[in-house]
Amino acid sequence: MNVLELAVADSKYIAPDIREIVLRRISAGQQEVLPSYIPGSHIVIECGGRANAYSLTGSGDSPEEYRISVQLRPDGRGGSSAVHRFRHGERVKVSGPRSAFPPVATARRHLLIAGGIGITPILSHLRAAAAWGREAELLYSFRPGHAAHLEDIRALCGSSPSLFLMEFTERKAFRTGLAEALRRQPLGTHLHVCGPLGFMDSVIAEARSACWPESRLHLEAFGAADLDPGKPFTAHLARTGRSVDVPSGTSLLEALENSGVPVPNLCRQGVCGECRIPVSKGRPEHRDLYLSESDKAANTTIMCCVSRSHEPHLELEL
Amino acid sequence: MNTALPATLDHRLARFPFPFPEDAYRYSANVEPALTTVATPAGSWGDKLIEIDGDYRAELAERDAILRRDPSRLALLDHMRPAAWDALLTVLETLASEYPEDMEFSRAGRACRWNNRLLGEEWEFTVGDDSSLPGGPLGFLSSQVQEDIVLLDQREDALWLDGGVVTFAADWSMGFDVGMRFLEVHGPVPRIREEEIITRAQQFLMRLQPGQDYRRSNWTMTVGRRLDTSIETYPEWGPDRTSVADDPALPARLHLRVEVQHLVRLPRSGALMFLVRTHLASLEELATVPAWRERLGKVLAELPEDMADYKGISRYRHAASRWLLGA
Repeated sequence: MNVLELAVADSKYIAPDIREIVLRRISAGQQEVLPSYIPGSHIVIECGGRANAYSLTGSGDSPEEYRISVQLRPDGRGGSSAVHRFRHGERVKVSGPRSAFPPVATARRHLLIAGGIGITPILSHLRAAAAWGREAELLYSFRPGHAAHLEDIRALCGSSPSLFLMEFTERKAFRTGLAEALRRQPLGTHLHVCGPLGFMDSVIAEARSACWPESRLHLEAFGAADLDPGKPFTAHLARTGRSVDVPSGTSLLEALENSGVPVPNLCRQGVCGECRIPVSKGRPEHRDLYLSESDKAANTTIMCCVSRSHEPHLELEL
Repeated sequence: MNTALPATLDHRLARFPFPFPEDAYRYSANVEPALTTVATPAGSWGDKLIEIDGDYRAELAERDAILRRDPSRLALLDHMRPAAWDALLTVLETLASEYPEDMEFSRAGRACRWNNRLLGEEWEFTVGDDSSLPGGPLGFLSSQVQEDIVLLDQREDALWLDGGVVTFAADWSMGFDVGMRFLEVHGPVPRIREEEIITRAQQFLMRLQPGQDYRRSNWTMTVGRRLDTSIETYPEWGPDRTSVADDPALPARLHLRVEVQHLVRLPRSGALMFLVRTHLASLEELATVPAWRERLGKVLAELPEDMADYKGISRYRHAASRWLLGA
């Protein structure tokens, strides 16, 4: 994963509990433009020993800065409060943008639905729709006085004849508006929704009851493009008698390489089959796309670039 | 292995991506990260995404002539316009960074400036305005790189071949395949269904993120130094596959054809781009590298019949193998 070291160029409240953070390249010597991103992408920010994913709010086309909007969650794991404390000029390590919530290129129309801070990836979609003249309709539900980016969105929708905006500050009005909007879209419309889990569930349920096919419904699911870091375990190498610790977030392949045990490999994503290793004891947690279901059930081999161990110990024929 | 180097090496051989790591060939999802240099007995390859060589002008002129004769080699479904612009921007940026002496790209908002000193061309164009470049974004892009370009859309949990410019196809047809699913495009390939190779390849491709460029190679054989072996021109080159078998000039006529395919997730549109670069080397040329001569001879002798049939090399492969191993 490519990691960018960026500097906080700006940080300000854009709603009572939401701060917008602007990240830029550190030195003028570097190429100014940041990697482009697919609308709806997120970056992962490391801070306070945690890594949190945040949606980028721009269109993604050759950006000079990355903008995120972060809502303070006092009951969260502390990631949002750490981001809220970012100071101007502070250096931040950021993973390159990853896409897990892209627009659908063949959509005849884009029905965008945002609840509260869920507006962030939706705004990215809206900007891209404006840039390419795509027809899009946004339903934005928020608490009065707490809406992020509302002025931006109003200006964007006002400037383009193919963008439409409906604002909601009451749950009941939103339900009525949603039911109505779902029933007047032309065939071929795709729905993208982001917001609190309960909000997304109710939108999807309403769309199903209006007979929308599943293939036209898209939810933001953070981190779905990444495998989780997994539990730590120890790999025992039967032939050499060595033991190799595999921490959470480190792959078995990386741990073996770090211990001077080379393993042939190519894709490092569980696809190509190069890094297959025989297993003599234990139960691999198979996460690859290479082994067949019967291979996996046999528990005699493991693709060490992505797969791990169900138990604290795993014995390999190495 | 005897790897004594011949005294003079043709530039083509020095950069030739010889595709066989073993004496036997089988299909596999042989993907690896892009931009890793591979040393060969004749030189090295693989350090660039876009390969410009001594045949640059000649191959671009050939593509131009093919597109004039047969515009169906360029296809772009409507919804792929943003992907075509993304492909153009991504490739021009890559060219400018890989060939800084010869290529220059700059952009302010939607206004772009492109300077290609190898062709002596300078262009100004506007992102999103198809009329600002001859041939639109995709047609113009194909006039700047030797690579064929294929664009795939990702939707409904599948990949779709929805655009591209392919003038140097190895026995397939862009115009026929456009709009098909990735799995349908590969339907005719033997064995891959049983071995689930294309399904796995599709899973891999669908998970590729921008910035993680990969590559793979593929191969077949071609009679003559002929880049255009598309289905459309089959009557021109098909009969050569029979006539070459008994021809004493077989070692000069018969070429190993290697495609290096770069797999790029386009960073703005999310479409997948395949850049397919075709390399040709005759048996005579290859035989100047003893390790290649022996390896290719063994691969051709061992190749199972169904795979040889699909590649269209059954009629002459044993003659080629005998010459490589015996002469």
